[in-house]
Amino acid sequence: MNGAEAIVQILLNEDVDLIFGYPGGAIMPVYDALYDQQEHIQHVLARHEQGAIHAAQGYAKASGKPGVCLATSGPGATNLITGIADAQIDSAPLVCITGQVGSTLLGSDAFQETDIISISMPVTKWNYQVTDAREIPSALAKAFYIAKSGRPGPVLIDITKDAQFQELDFEYEHCESLRSYTPEISPNPEAIEEAAILINEAQRPFILFGQGVILANAEAEFKTLIEKTGIPAAWTLLGLSALETDHPLNVGMLGMHGNYGPNLLTNECDVLIAIGMRFDDRVTGNLDNYATQAKVIHLDIDPSEINKNVKAHIPILGDVKVTLPLLLDKVKLNNHLEWLQRFHDCARIEQEKVIAAELYPSGDVLSMGEVVRIVNEYTNGDAIIVTDVGQHQMIACRYSKFSQSKSNITSGGLGTMGFGLPAAIGAKLGAPERTVIAIVGDGGLQMTIQELATIYQTKAKVKILLLNNEFLGMVRQWQQLFFDKRYSSTEMINPDFQTIAKGYQIPAKKVTRRADLEKAIIDFLDYDGAYFLEVMVGKENNVFPMVPSGAGIAEIRLE
Amino acid sequence: MMINGKQEFTITAYTENHVGLLHRITVVFTKRKINIESLTTSESERDGIHRFTIAVTETEETVSKVVKQIEKQIEVLKADFYKKNEVVQQELALYKIPTKSLTNGIEVERIVRKHNARFLTIEKKFVVIEKAGFRRETKALFDELIPFGIHEFVRSGRIAVAREEFGIGQDVKQLLETTAY
Repeated sequence: MNGAEAIVQILLNEDVDLIFGYPGGAIMPVYDALYDQQEHIQHVLARHEQGAIHAAQGYAKASGKPGVCLATSGPGATNLITGIADAQIDSAPLVCITGQVGSTLLGSDAFQETDIISISMPVTKWNYQVTDAREIPSALAKAFYIAKSGRPGPVLIDITKDAQFQELDFEYEHCESLRSYTPEISPNPEAIEEAAILINEAQRPFILFGQGVILANAEAEFKTLIEKTGIPAAWTLLGLSALETDHPLNVGMLGMHGNYGPNLLTNECDVLIAIGMRFDDRVTGNLDNYATQAKVIHLDIDPSEINKNVKAHIPILGDVKVTLPLLLDKVKLNNHLEWLQRFHDCARIEQEKVIAAELYPSGDVLSMGEVVRIVNEYTNGDAIIVTDVGQHQMIACRYSKFSQSKSNITSGGLGTMGFGLPAAIGAKLGAPERTVIAIVGDGGLQMTIQELATIYQTKAKVKILLLNNEFLGMVRQWQQLFFDKRYSSTEMINPDFQTIAKGYQIPAKKVTRRADLEKAIIDFLDYDGAYFLEVMVGKENNVFPMVPSGAGIAEIRLE
Repeated sequence: MMINGKQEFTITAYTENHVGLLHRITVVFTKRKINIESLTTSESERDGIHRFTIAVTETEETVSKVVKQIEKQIEVLKADFYKKNEVVQQELALYKIPTKSLTNGIEVERIVRKHNARFLTIEKKFVVIEKAGFRRETKALFDELIPFGIHEFVRSGRIAVAREEFGIGQDVKQLLETTAY
């Protein structure tokens, strides 16, 4: 067996049946080995390596399994970098395998040589270069273990072409531990005890939950905890869908474009319980004015997140799948109805000042919010919503309804435009039984629009909903509010997306009038296959509420 | 001494000995635009385990965050940081001066003795003087040797051990005894 065949054998050993990638010179032996395993491993040919890696991310988020991505050396490898950085900041498990020039050529500026180990170092959880086929099994075993365990993340294995050709005696063992790496931290019973006392005595406790709940598969434990304690809970962008939208204790979204109550009342709670979230600056606003009155309990698996942005009075390190049940045992049955009412009061104000006009606009101009509202009516919250980055992302996350976990896939930490379309392809392939809707803007769509060909080739039944405002809407909104309405390079003269979709043999429809909207959405969702629905929405609509950049969260603006 | 809340810290990390790990560790500093004053790496008291000693001037808060981010790297076993008074530290300096400065009297020999330095080698054209000590001590010798003409001067990075019986070396020992590779 040669190194390339060993790689494919290892993928089978790791239960990988679907990979994403793009061939090229330095990875050809692996592609040749894949040719013999087509029945067992489906290779999705993207149209650009960035498309391949975003698809792998979408696959990982929807399936909970690591996404595997294959690329050649040089430009193939560097084209992965944006997706790797995105996966690193959003904790997506990825195993990237890149081909590399022959080991004797390393460092010689050979054709398609780039030092991808150095380039990817700041954005990978781990990376390693293999120059000898005998290292392939141990390197890949470590790669899968590291990508999946602890706080998940992307790893990259760079394999020289000669190592792919080299013969080896193949033996494979899964990696289950590394002496220098401690992904599982034993919970500290004293911290849990102290936290429980604080929670039991709290008058106005408030829970912030993030993706950690989803990554730990601890949605049930989480829900039991909030129901027992009666504590209102708000989500980060990546925590969305961990708790169903309609749950009476789900008080909405945190952060810059989050809901009014969760932002305002963060600065009024007496105990703040952060679960599997990392206090991103888009959540906290100015840290000097963030929850300074509150005692903070921070549950997280990553020790480096504790005290990074917000000081934790009681840190509870560990997997929330383990720590939440321990905490649950010690907290009292309780409710906080008056405090919860404060959130409802804020929600009513927000409903009147912002939400009503967004979901039911009075003029002729269509709003993004009303499109999302009608989608909700027909999906019942069962669809996976994949978004790109910008205004449509904030509207989709604010207004989409979710009834089950792992249903919201978006680029949170990195804010990668172009993420949505390819990630939706991966999500559909990772959760084929579910409806997957890519909600994208006209800006982001055009960054990876070539992946429509991947949809055409794979026949992935991705629903593409383009909310077209002919602007880079979020940047335009900032220009309007903070740069004196000087619209510098944000207006888009767009191509005819209908013609483009038809070129890829994807049925397409364009809606410009409210009268046609509902019927178009029904057709869009009912169609058995990929479908491209474009809705022309208000060119200069804004997303509110908004915490201005640099302001404290209590300075949240409703208009 | 504190300037803008910043003070001298020594960061120690025990690591696997792998290609690229140096880069992975320096990235943690680069990300925050922190200048590394010196960085020394060598095999530690444990077979196959390397030890990084990194000198920085920073706030304690930043250093504590950096150390956690270093320890987070997969191939780092343990990392910790120390204030100036919590370590025993040294640097090594080499000074190359012309041999003729010795033939013109005993002044250089007197200076070398006074600073507890020593002659490492005396060649026909040049001599090399070695001095171990704190930064200010190696600097003081440097200043006194200036009039004789310093052809080359080099100072090593800081090396330091914790001013306590065991330090994190003990944690590393435990880790290695309880976990398989």
